[in-house]
Amino acid sequence: MPPLTTSDRQALGNPRSTASPLPVSVTDRVQWIGALDPQLRNFDIILRTANGTSYNAYAVRGSNGVAVIDTVKQEFTEAFLARLEAAAGYDEITTLVLNHLEPDHTGAVPELLERAPHVEICVSPRGVQVLRALLKDRFDEYSVRVVRTGDTISLGDRTLRFLTTPYVHWPDTQCTYLEEQDLLFTCDLFGCHFCDERLFNDQVGDFRFSFEYYFEHIMRPFKRYVIEALDLIEPLDIAMIAPSHGPILRSHPREYITHYRRLVKKRLASEVGEQKSLLIFYVSAYGATAQMAYAVYAGAAENAGVRVSLFDLQVGEVTPFVDLIEEADGLAFGTPTINGDAVKTVWDLLAGLVDIDTKGKLGAAFGSYGWTGEAVAMVEARMQGLKMRVPEKGLKIKLHPTEEELECCRDFGRRLAAQLTGTAEPREIDFADLT
Amino acid sequence: MAHAKLTFADVSLTVNVPSGTRIIEISEKVGAGITYGCREGECGTCLTRIEDGAENLSEPSVLEQRVLKENLAGRNDRLACQCQVLSGEIRVRPA
Ligand code: FES
Ligand SMILES: [Fe+2]
Ligand SMILES: [Fe+2]
Repeated sequence: MPPLTTSDRQALGNPRSTASPLPVSVTDRVQWIGALDPQLRNFDIILRTANGTSYNAYAVRGSNGVAVIDTVKQEFTEAFLARLEAAAGYDEITTLVLNHLEPDHTGAVPELLERAPHVEICVSPRGVQVLRALLKDRFDEYSVRVVRTGDTISLGDRTLRFLTTPYVHWPDTQCTYLEEQDLLFTCDLFGCHFCDERLFNDQVGDFRFSFEYYFEHIMRPFKRYVIEALDLIEPLDIAMIAPSHGPILRSHPREYITHYRRLVKKRLASEVGEQKSLLIFYVSAYGATAQMAYAVYAGAAENAGVRVSLFDLQVGEVTPFVDLIEEADGLAFGTPTINGDAVKTVWDLLAGLVDIDTKGKLGAAFGSYGWTGEAVAMVEARMQGLKMRVPEKGLKIKLHPTEEELECCRDFGRRLAAQLTGTAEPREIDFADLT
Repeated sequence: MAHAKLTFADVSLTVNVPSGTRIIEISEKVGAGITYGCREGECGTCLTRIEDGAENLSEPSVLEQRVLKENLAGRNDRLACQCQVLSGEIRVRPA
């Protein structure tokens, strides 16, 4: 990308331009004191940001003090402090609310605390842990208040109420509600990476793609927590949602809440109903792993409580399977061992699972091999890393399966089905027998 | 040596273990869905629900108590990387 000229930067509202950074009024009592980062092209390594992002921070003024809500990424500290100083004196600031302690929102905290060491820092219970790591041995010098859902802080004629909404990105996340103005500060939730100095959703460029893309990669893995957060947020009167990335949602904010509700719902209603859904994916070089896959399928399908689906990964595109897996109860991967490894399509699919929640799903692996057969254990380890349970030890068969070995595969399928339906025979083993 | 019976409910498996064993030493080997981050009692990733036999586990250390509290753990939750099984029967599952 060619370097921006000074006038380009001014046009984009870049805080590193020569124009002096000023706060922007959000309401009569709330000012935007964040920073714009139009040149950012990827975020947290995994996200592409085609027009940069913003780090929104806010100053809320009450008759008895000023609260700062979140800060910015470290390299934008100067612009943040300049805007803050134009909005309030350091001695007026009574409260620093950190809704989420990822570095993109806490980069300016050390500098702010240098200037306003007296403030009370409000964080969620899990936020304290990150704050301790952030402030290191200076942690004890500051006043820290742990806040939970329902707790309030008074700024005189303005009140902040907290909502503990964990995992709407990190475990520490929370939202802050400005009661008298029905304004909700949500940090990453309802955010998007979209940089536009016009700041408000009724004025900025078309950010719909960015909003969806952000949900897809930041919020989707935590869907179950997004649902819990929505349950807390929906009953509130909402005049405006002020996230810490992207446009401030002051025009029809309720629609964004409804849209999140839609996004956390199942895409296509599943036909599986009460049954448990088991997906079997396989890749086969000489047909041996395929034979195993069919036998596992047949064994599992004997159980009326389980609906089994079988897919050859070699002819499928990997991404759509991620959607299926999101709603499945169990996954089994059949992979041969080639050059001492599972095959690439299997890894591609497993890598794609970072976008969804796999915690507690049943996982299993099987495969044919020529010499070593380590692919099965490698896939099992990956599934454990994805927080899945892997109760049945993987099945490895040397070269093509015999009729007897195929029966082992069917039995493997039966055992997976039993684990899924909660009817597995309880087993007991000795510590010494564990490998 | 004293023994205890530790059951992992999510994989329906019971392991007979010597007294003093930590849950972390077993759960991964049996494929239970309990997962680990720091493995040192700091991050709270290994939060585990004790369904039965909580009295048969070692007392939580000050560090474990703090991490449990900060992770909003329930009354029956422990850190699998910290607590040791002492005797009797204990039944656990991922929290
Ligand atoms: S793994 Fe981090 S606390 Fe146990
Ligand atoms: Fe974040
Ligand atoms: Fe963020």
